[in-house]
Amino acid sequence: MSEFAIEFNEVVKDYGQHRAVDTINLAIRKGELVTFLGPSGCGKTTSLRLIAGLELPTSGQVLIQGKDVSQRPASERNVGMVFQSYALFPHMTVLDNVAYGPVIRGVKKAEAENQARTLLNQVGLTNLESRFPSELSGGQQQRVAVARAIVQQPDVMLFDEPLSNVDAKLRRRVRAEIRELQQRFGLTAVYVTHDQEEALAVSDRIIVMSAGKIEQIGTPEDLYDRPKNAFVADFIGDANLLTGVIQKGVFQVGSLRIPVDHQERPSVTISVRPERIRLSDINTETEANGIVLEATYLGSRMEYLIDMGHGMLLCSRPIEERRRKVREEVAIEVQPEDVSLID
Amino acid sequence: MKVIASLPRFLAGPSRASVSWLFLWCMASWLMPWYKVTPGITEAWFSSALGHSLAGRLWLLPLALAPCLLLLAQWRQWSWSARTSTGVFFAVAAWLIVQASLIGLHGTSPSMGAVFPLSTEGQTGLGWGGFISIIAMLGWLSEALADRGFCKGDRFASATIVFIVALLGLFVFFPIVKLSLMAFRSPDGLWSIAPFIERLTAQDLWRINCITAAPGRCGVVINSVTLGVLAATLSTLIGLGLALLVARTGFRFKRTLRAIAILPIITPPFVVGVALIVLFGRTGLVTTSIADWFGIVPTRWLYGMPGILMAQVLAFTPVTFLVLLGALEAINPSLEEASNTLGARPLTTFRKVTFPLLRPGLAAAFLLAFIESLSDFGNPLVLGGGFEVLSTKIFFAVVGARYDLGNAAALSLVLLVLTLTAFWLQARWVGRRSYITVTGRSDSGLAPALPKSIAWLTYGSVSLFILFTLGVYVIVMIGGFVNDIGRWDMTPTVRHLGTAFSVEWQQGSLQFYGSAWNSLKTTLLVSAIAAPLTTAIGILTAWLVARQNFMGKRQFEFGTMLSFAILGTVVGVYYVAAFNVPPVDITGTMAILIICFMFRNMPVGMRAGVAALAQIDRSMEEASQTLGATGARTFRQIVLPLVKPALFTAMVYSFVTAMTAVSAVIFLVSARHNMATAYIMGRVENGEYALAITYSTVLMIVMIICITAMSLIIGKRQLGRRKTEQPPVASHAAALP
Repeated sequence: MSEFAIEFNEVVKDYGQHRAVDTINLAIRKGELVTFLGPSGCGKTTSLRLIAGLELPTSGQVLIQGKDVSQRPASERNVGMVFQSYALFPHMTVLDNVAYGPVIRGVKKAEAENQARTLLNQVGLTNLESRFPSELSGGQQQRVAVARAIVQQPDVMLFDEPLSNVDAKLRRRVRAEIRELQQRFGLTAVYVTHDQEEALAVSDRIIVMSAGKIEQIGTPEDLYDRPKNAFVADFIGDANLLTGVIQKGVFQVGSLRIPVDHQERPSVTISVRPERIRLSDINTETEANGIVLEATYLGSRMEYLIDMGHGMLLCSRPIEERRRKVREEVAIEVQPEDVSLID
Repeated sequence: MKVIASLPRFLAGPSRASVSWLFLWCMASWLMPWYKVTPGITEAWFSSALGHSLAGRLWLLPLALAPCLLLLAQWRQWSWSARTSTGVFFAVAAWLIVQASLIGLHGTSPSMGAVFPLSTEGQTGLGWGGFISIIAMLGWLSEALADRGFCKGDRFASATIVFIVALLGLFVFFPIVKLSLMAFRSPDGLWSIAPFIERLTAQDLWRINCITAAPGRCGVVINSVTLGVLAATLSTLIGLGLALLVARTGFRFKRTLRAIAILPIITPPFVVGVALIVLFGRTGLVTTSIADWFGIVPTRWLYGMPGILMAQVLAFTPVTFLVLLGALEAINPSLEEASNTLGARPLTTFRKVTFPLLRPGLAAAFLLAFIESLSDFGNPLVLGGGFEVLSTKIFFAVVGARYDLGNAAALSLVLLVLTLTAFWLQARWVGRRSYITVTGRSDSGLAPALPKSIAWLTYGSVSLFILFTLGVYVIVMIGGFVNDIGRWDMTPTVRHLGTAFSVEWQQGSLQFYGSAWNSLKTTLLVSAIAAPLTTAIGILTAWLVARQNFMGKRQFEFGTMLSFAILGTVVGVYYVAAFNVPPVDITGTMAILIICFMFRNMPVGMRAGVAALAQIDRSMEEASQTLGATGARTFRQIVLPLVKPALFTAMVYSFVTAMTAVSAVIFLVSARHNMATAYIMGRVENGEYALAITYSTVLMIVMIICITAMSLIIGKRQLGRRKTEQPPVASHAAALP
């Protein structure tokens, strides 16, 4: 048995002229929750469907539990999928929906219903089993969809933007439930979302994609603190991308000078997170001065747009700090460990 | 021994489906009679393909040996088999077609005879063994394709495509090609382009004497197109009037109007024509009354264009009405409200907003009526007089004194080109603009009332139409139960009913004596078999078009459309030309009637299915697949229950059409398998109007009973206790072929 639940080897998926997934390699360990994150059209949903068997790769291999299933249809793989629209069968009761999978796989009807009942209890849907999906709330429908996918103990659970139909207020709770369930059942899970906050909150690892390619794979901390390229830096959280030179341990662009731990480079781009930029009153020693162009009150934080003469910097500060006014002159300070170098 | 021991595992293994197909193929070509009529006495002992090849018909040998070779290769897992087996298969399939087309009923070419001496004796049509072999071959092919990732490996989808493509090829393409070729054959059997050109440019197709010379007659193409345009224009306008009346006014008898709209759909052909003759013929009630009151000499004005036009408008208006009603109800009222709030007067709103949005509906209605008019056969036959149209001309080219299949072929091609042109023009006129006004969001606007001027226009035209319809159906209702409706002898009687449907209780059993019983039984049986088959193939095709992506999908869609574009009369001629000679020799059987209906009515089921599937989130099917269900199971347990209303529509439509169709079956009926409409046609031709009307009334009653029964059976179980409303697919889809 392979140590990986899912592997992609050089997987390509074309739709006519359009290349939706472009030569992807990846490996997902058992019991891990991995998220495909990216803007719409980046190939994340296609990748998920390639795992499910709802799409077959144009070339390359898809392995589940070490077995090559590239050309096998969904019905011959053991995956559980939660669809964006939940895709509950409207002409079946909740119980029939959940028991559908086991019955298909040859479990006796009574036994299948028992399994379904047990699982419905576990996801907190006792007493709803004879309802039809149209008689359930959105959150309840979602749990039925999860129960239906889990009941047959899949090799891997797939979530296709499961929160997009949940009320904004409920999202935090539902995503915590999904994470809790995944860990309780020890499931390998692949999760697709375009919401970076959601991805950071639920994932063990995140795969950032754009234009059919993988931009970076890493833990949430990796991606946030050490983005490998401009796309990742910009897509996850906000980032100030600065292009300049490194000379004698100092990054330099215009009047801005930031001490860094990196080698000398003639031309380089760095990324600095807005909340890592500190502001202070100007004095004669500081050279990096700017003028506050906009100051926005965000409740928990203040956000400033600072004109550095050669460009703008976005800076986010705690509300307790002294508030800066528009047109006030401020000094900028960045620690070397808060600077990440971009390819 | 080891080899034998591996057999059970092989038979039950993952490739068991493909193994069973090969096995069936083997059985069919080794044991079952290959030919419909086995030649020679001795060969009756081993009438299978293998037997025939042993007896010297060596060209059948590959067909008998291929399945064994493939079976062996698959069992022993020979290294070449994975790739080459499809190649072997296609070579054998190609050979099957080549030998069938080279060796006909009466032998073959000398060169072929030199290679296979026995082939000069010719071969008859395929028998059970032949047909089952072909089915098994297709089955194996679909498995092999699915294994290679066709349709994402979905075996059910792959099989559906393979079989439907094969059926379309055999029953749509093959007849067209075969008959089209005949247009190039001169009466003495020579092939050249000259007879084709001569037939296409014949004077009686294109001349315009009716305009240039005072008592002259126009060519049939001119007649058909003029009639089609007039009938389509009139019925679209009246249909629009009816639709506006129902959707946009406080008209009180909306339900009655909808009910009346259904009537012509279940009315057998000829009967409207007969009723018109009874009313407006030279001795008709209306004609003689007017003659008495105003002193006008009664004429035969009805016969020819006026009569046909009247009958067609009466028949097609309900269809255009249903289409336009659907289009009108689909317009988002807030668009019209928006126009009104912007200061437009009601008439301006109607002209600038409502009417343009109706364009696709108008185009669809017009096209439908135009095509119906082109294919109409009953009315021109009854009311035509000397006025000839393409469909009657084709009919007489086949059954008339001058039997000329070549000419019928050329005329059929003209008709086909006309229909396809109509489709193309419709597509151009509607254009690529988007007319979608109903989005997922609910809109609570109220459609505005009609502007006054249009409302009056509507009332005017509609009341005239309703008057005519009522008149016709009153005649139909009483005509069968009076002495002689043609001469207005109104003494009540049941003798016509007796002639057609008398029964007697004799020696403990019921004896059916009436002259119409046989045709009624055949009609019911054929319709009852054809309806579910038509529905099945229609819904499966819809599912393929809406849900599957496969190579050649566009061509596939075109093929299904083609089967709609071939009009009734033409289908009959095509089938006669293609299927009364080997290899597929099925004329005179009930099967050819059923098959004819299947492919004629399939597009209706398909459109109803596509419309229904468009409203169903496809992730439900995907969910079923990820839960382990195969394509077939998903189709049965998820798709079918959700498209039940469309199923019902398709079923009713194909049943009713099979009951009332005439043009397509007129060439296909036989003494043993006569159809009701052919029987009625015979009565009309003999002038036995009362009998024809009686039979029609009985048919209509039978249809109403059957439809009610069907709706009870299917409707009762509709979607369990679901509370949400079903999308309104069924009602309008009925009108859209």
